[in-house]
Amino acid sequence: MSDILAVSSLTKRYGGLVAVKDVSFSVREKEILSVIGPNGAGKSTLFKLISSFVTPTSGEVRFRGERISGLAPHQAARKGVVRTFQETTIFKAMTVRDNVIAAHHLRSRASLAGFFFGTRLARQDEEEFGRSADEILTFLGLSAMRSEIASNLPHGHLRALGIAIGLATNPAVILLDEPFAGMNHEETQRAVEIVRGVRERGVTVLLVEHDMPAVMTISDRIVVLNFGQKIAEGTPQEIKDNPAVIEAYLGVEDESIGL
Amino acid sequence: MMKARNAIALAASLVLLLVAIPFGIQASGRADLYYTLTSVALLSIISAGVWLTFYIGRINIGQGAYALMGGYVSAVLVTRYGFSFWLTLPLAGLFCAAASVLIGLPILRLRGVYFAMVTLVLTEVARLLALALPITNGAKGIVSIPLPGAVRIFGLTLIPDFATLENPRLAFYIMAVIAMVLCFVGMYRLVNSRIGHLCQSLQQNEELASSIGVDIARLRVIAYAISSFLGGFGGAIFASITQSIYPSSFTVADSVNFMLNCFLGGLSYVFGPILGTFVLYFGWDILYSFGDFQLLIFSIILIALMLVLPNGLFSLRLSRSRGEVTQ
Ligand SMILES: Nc1ncnc2c1ncn2[C@@H]1O[C@H](COP(=O)(O)OP(=O)(O)O)[C@@H](O)[C@H]1O
Ligand SMILES: [Mg+2]
Repeated sequence: MSDILAVSSLTKRYGGLVAVKDVSFSVREKEILSVIGPNGAGKSTLFKLISSFVTPTSGEVRFRGERISGLAPHQAARKGVVRTFQETTIFKAMTVRDNVIAAHHLRSRASLAGFFFGTRLARQDEEEFGRSADEILTFLGLSAMRSEIASNLPHGHLRALGIAIGLATNPAVILLDEPFAGMNHEETQRAVEIVRGVRERGVTVLLVEHDMPAVMTISDRIVVLNFGQKIAEGTPQEIKDNPAVIEAYLGVEDESIGL
Repeated sequence: MMKARNAIALAASLVLLLVAIPFGIQASGRADLYYTLTSVALLSIISAGVWLTFYIGRINIGQGAYALMGGYVSAVLVTRYGFSFWLTLPLAGLFCAAASVLIGLPILRLRGVYFAMVTLVLTEVARLLALALPITNGAKGIVSIPLPGAVRIFGLTLIPDFATLENPRLAFYIMAVIAMVLCFVGMYRLVNSRIGHLCQSLQQNEELASSIGVDIARLRVIAYAISSFLGGFGGAIFASITQSIYPSSFTVADSVNFMLNCFLGGLSYVFGPILGTFVLYFGWDILYSFGDFQLLIFSIILIALMLVLPNGLFSLRLSRSRGEVTQ
């Protein structure tokens, strides 16, 4: 399998604080790679760096060999690297379906003027977006609430909508920041299946998550951050067995990683 | 079906505006109403621009600057360079749109009250510039602007010379109404197309909008340029009607009024600026008899209205599916 993303010597400073320090790893095509670490370890910052929301102090991110660090976020999204947010971030006043339709922006073939004048291409686009949105909503189990105003959705469904928005952009790599946060066991089970399904669609998944049992079952590989630095990388089993990880992050208590 | 209904609504509005109202005015002999209604039509065009900036999530209190700029561009081109008024109309709009791109690129990064404050200052800057620049003739302004001339193609008179008309007020009224209808048909189309969707995404969450690939900086500038185009366009017609333009023709108070027109009509209704302008303009006139208390009573009623109807006057009458654009 080839590498789709290469993160090399990535560093981000905020004043005196080094949020991410000299982190390197690569991501393989169509794998699920999780980034774990204690609060404040730099996971969200790492995701913002990869999705070009933040420019690195040094180092770079390459997507299929092409440098994407320093691009605007919408340009990185255009290449196929799309981030969902740690917080529940949606278009609150739109319906669920309109949220997903809006997120089809990158698939537009018609220009803005084309949409204004309603050219044939624009009408084809709109039809196509509607069809695709319905398909994505069905996939995420949201079709029953497609006409709801998004802000009225219960928490678990909001997370699913966040993923739906990400999928609508047709990404090659999707970065999910704590998609299971605030979910109960049942909801998490369902969400894990969804993330697997996302990968089945051919999307490479990067995941930040605190729910250790979920991370251990779902991930192909795991990268561990502590104080901004990468302290380990490997399969779930290797991570569980890694003494540095156990000491630095997981604590001595084995239950916390769900063993 | 939707299209048929829209076409009927449009035809009905045209009959009302271009036949019924002039007929009524003629019958009642209240020719002064032409001027009032013309003003409402033009002010609502200028306010529509402000509405569009609200639509991308920006409070715009600077539209007076572009109205003033548009008025001067048209006046200067007509009086100094002998341009036809009709040609200066789009040119004034385009000039303002171009200026707004330069101004908007830096200031559209600001949000909320910061953007509002900067735009407020913009109107004052425009007034001071009009006072200082040689081409605008300082405080004396530009006066005796000729009325719009004729437009002829191949000897065929499309638009007669306004100066030769028996009733130029009616001509201005018809021109303003046609401009208003064109403006709001365009706005309706804009917000109901995918562009409207994108503007809403911007209004609701810029960060998420950029993560789904929207070039937010570009879209903001486009919306602001259209907004300023409308400001300049309306300002140019005003200068032509009053045949004059002064640094004080559009002031901070006007900028605030443009914004109030939008609030009053309703920020989620694309036709809100028409209703808002109409009510505000006539409301102000009706209170004229209160003399010194006019402003006080006017302000109290406005505040009360906004408290009772935070979504604007339109929220009273229209069902959710009609005309409303932010679901
Ligand atoms: N914009 C910022 N400005 C200053 N410090 C920041 C900023 N973003 C993150 N940090 C700091 O960087 C560190 C890593 O934060 P973050 O990446 O959010 O951690 P995690 O997601 O792993 O909990 C924290 O100490 C945080 O306070
Ligand atoms: Mg985080």
